[in-house]
Amino acid sequence: MLSMVWRWLPQRSSVSGEARVAAVLVWLLVLILMLGLGLPLLFIFAKAVQDGDGGFVGLRNLLQVLDSPGLMRACSNSLQLGVTVTALVVPLAFVFAWALLRSRLWGRGLWRQIGLSPLLAPSLMPAISLVYLFGNQGLLKGWLHGGNIYGFWGVVLGELFYTFPHALLIIMTALSAADGRLYEAGRVLGASPLRQFFTITLPGVRYGLVSAALVVLTLVLTDFGVPKVVGGDFNVLAVEAFKQVVGQQNFPRGAVVGLLLLLPAILSCMVERRMARRQQAALTARAQPFSPAASCWRDGVALLLLLAISLLLLSLLGVGVAASFIRYWPYQMDLTLLHYQFDMVDGGGWAAYVNSLQLASATALLGSVLVFVGAYVCEKLPGAALGRGVLRFLAMLPMAVPGLVLGLGYVFFFNHPANPLQGWYGSLGLMVLCCVAHFYTTAHLTAATALKQLDGEFEAVAASLKVPFWVTLWRVSLPVCLPALVDVARFLFVSAMTTLSALIFIMTPEHSLAAVSIITMDDAGDTAAAAAMASLVVLSSAGVSLLLSLLERLLGQRSQRWRRPG
Amino acid sequence: MKKQMAVWLGLACSGLMAPLAQAATTLTVYTALEADQVKDYKEAFEKANPDVELRFVRESTGVITAKLLSEKNNPQADAVWGLAATSLMILDQQGMLQAYAPKGVEKLNKQFVDKANPPKWTGMDVWAATICFNTVEAAKKGLPKPESWADLTKPIYKGQIVMPHPASSGTGYLDVSAWLQMMGEKSGWDYMDKLHVNMAQYVHSGSKPCKMAAAGEYPIGISFEYRGAELKEKGAPIDLVYPKEGLGWDLEATAILKGSKNLAAAKKLADFSVSLTAMQLYEKNYAVLAMPGVAKQNPYIPADYAKRLSKNNFAWAAKNREAILQEWSRRYESKAAPKS
Repeated sequence: MLSMVWRWLPQRSSVSGEARVAAVLVWLLVLILMLGLGLPLLFIFAKAVQDGDGGFVGLRNLLQVLDSPGLMRACSNSLQLGVTVTALVVPLAFVFAWALLRSRLWGRGLWRQIGLSPLLAPSLMPAISLVYLFGNQGLLKGWLHGGNIYGFWGVVLGELFYTFPHALLIIMTALSAADGRLYEAGRVLGASPLRQFFTITLPGVRYGLVSAALVVLTLVLTDFGVPKVVGGDFNVLAVEAFKQVVGQQNFPRGAVVGLLLLLPAILSCMVERRMARRQQAALTARAQPFSPAASCWRDGVALLLLLAISLLLLSLLGVGVAASFIRYWPYQMDLTLLHYQFDMVDGGGWAAYVNSLQLASATALLGSVLVFVGAYVCEKLPGAALGRGVLRFLAMLPMAVPGLVLGLGYVFFFNHPANPLQGWYGSLGLMVLCCVAHFYTTAHLTAATALKQLDGEFEAVAASLKVPFWVTLWRVSLPVCLPALVDVARFLFVSAMTTLSALIFIMTPEHSLAAVSIITMDDAGDTAAAAAMASLVVLSSAGVSLLLSLLERLLGQRSQRWRRPG
Repeated sequence: MKKQMAVWLGLACSGLMAPLAQAATTLTVYTALEADQVKDYKEAFEKANPDVELRFVRESTGVITAKLLSEKNNPQADAVWGLAATSLMILDQQGMLQAYAPKGVEKLNKQFVDKANPPKWTGMDVWAATICFNTVEAAKKGLPKPESWADLTKPIYKGQIVMPHPASSGTGYLDVSAWLQMMGEKSGWDYMDKLHVNMAQYVHSGSKPCKMAAAGEYPIGISFEYRGAELKEKGAPIDLVYPKEGLGWDLEATAILKGSKNLAAAKKLADFSVSLTAMQLYEKNYAVLAMPGVAKQNPYIPADYAKRLSKNNFAWAAKNREAILQEWSRRYESKAAPKS
């Protein structure tokens, strides 16, 4: 009896040692996310009720903003823009997704890549292309019949390009979850394809459509790349926040504008939560995957739709790239690499590009490790329940925080004279933290989904075999989830390469970045150089994506063999 | 393997965390000089002073001024090299500048040096308003060449003009300040009301209007002579117009920030900034210099250029800058965009 107790004791202590490690890990992750996310956000709220010297002024800043006609005009412009773009891009993305998933066209993988290609470019790319296409010296200027691209419709077009892939991804996910039995039943009951579309397809993706609309709305409201380049006199709130903080160094007012921009994001998160609760599982265990029947007529329409939208997307990507090689648009149209000599223009030169590559690589590397460990402790570890709850909340928070707001928070928090980390301000490390925090949610969800597919029994068995969780993590979970992890790394790399909104506020001249330098060059009137830098960003994102896809495939062959039957 | 990884990790972390170690003094210099000038100026200074490395923070005049003012209690810059004198005078009013008479300051034209003794700032060169006029596009649209500021308000130029935003650009502010001084406040604002009707865009920087004119994006850009001459030299189809009423102008100037931790190095910069070597650098870009006798004739800039400059009361322009910008923003930013 006593010997049994003795045998039980050391085992218990080793388990509690493991639990302690787990708890420390959980709280460490909470600490990192608090630093990179929670505290900066709190500082925005604090700054919004202070004057320039840090004294408490209550709602005075807010009232001042509400009282300034320019800002209120920007506010209504932003809303108008957001609603218009959302109303246009959601149907377009739906049509594209429908043509991809509900037809039997050849080369759907390629079409999908084209549809998602805008993800590779900073939002400035379509804006620059628009200037070359429809500007006063644009190729297709005649199409406007004396109209002008600078202003509302120019921004709408640019934002269409920028938000399209985000809407497409969500709607594709919604559309791919279709139950073949419903269509079968519809067909048997004599419903025409049109009727099937309106009574089965559309209701089935309702949730996806609303979700896409909310994401697009938030993206448009907080993007300032497009309005900065083709906005002309059309002022929007996001540009106003930038002007207040960078242009006039009016931090309290910038904080108020930032908070205004946080509102729609929080609102759409709440709506989404409500809808998700009401949404029933679209696919039950008995569902049969839907596979479209052969139909020349339908495939023809799908092909036309895909062609039309792809042409639009590719032209907004391609014209900018092409223009970057032209000596002196529109007077000397010979080809040159002159505009790639970035040292003669503003923005930090080639160093900015190298910085961006470093930033993106570090974000991809450190970010995917952090995200994976975070997802693992959330999904698989018992204990530290409070910490895991906080961690889950923090992991979902970035979805509701526009990059612009996060960047402002970083300025207020990390550049505060009393902050011991102030020396870190302006360093590449801080920018990496900012990027990881900014893109945390999507990465976390990808990793968590992959981990959820693994049976909890692995951990149970490991525990009963007295194998500590880190061994299970290293030997079982990690290899199985590697493809998802590569996906996360790719997402983080491309996002860090193209993002503008958060980093523009915390960048210093030593660490200028490619995406930000595009704005600087355009501000100085060097449009061709801006186009050249944007092309480089697209090229590198595409190159790295391709490399990681190959890696993913290779890993798939090696470590995912067990997934295949036989 | 593990050791190797540790080394790599250490390297990666140190690269991320530590600012680059530097051997010599690093002097933080705020500037509104053009990006293509900064490179040459930096090289020349560091060649003359190998123990000092310049760390430039470059932004447009309005942004740099706002940045300096916001850092008043915790200055980040050691010195300013190449910022509008009107901006420096605002900083001086806030007591932010360190008085210092650079070696050789007596060789400069008194008019281009701060009146205080020792001076708080020293001038480098004059830059002035110039209209870039795209002859190719104007011919297509049948636009006559404007000769005066008044011409620009003619209805024929509606939607054809771009100018820099005076809050962000020093070139924009010198235009506004000169119109108000030349025409008097009331007629000055009346003039800008009419000009606003013709304005296609207010842009961020002083160079951009000329670059846009050079690219034919808009046929008329209100800019300054350096950018105009540089683009014309490159082959842009533009004519430079120097309006007959007079050209608004400002001085690019140098100053040391009070409280600089690198005062000795900052003084070296101030000394260099008024030296003949530096003047010869400025000469490549500007026609009127603080040191008499250095300037050469630029083929694109008229010989009597200095006489065309308008009368400029710097003290007035500096004192009223904030009020003018506020009024400007009230008139032209908060109202609906004028075009369809």
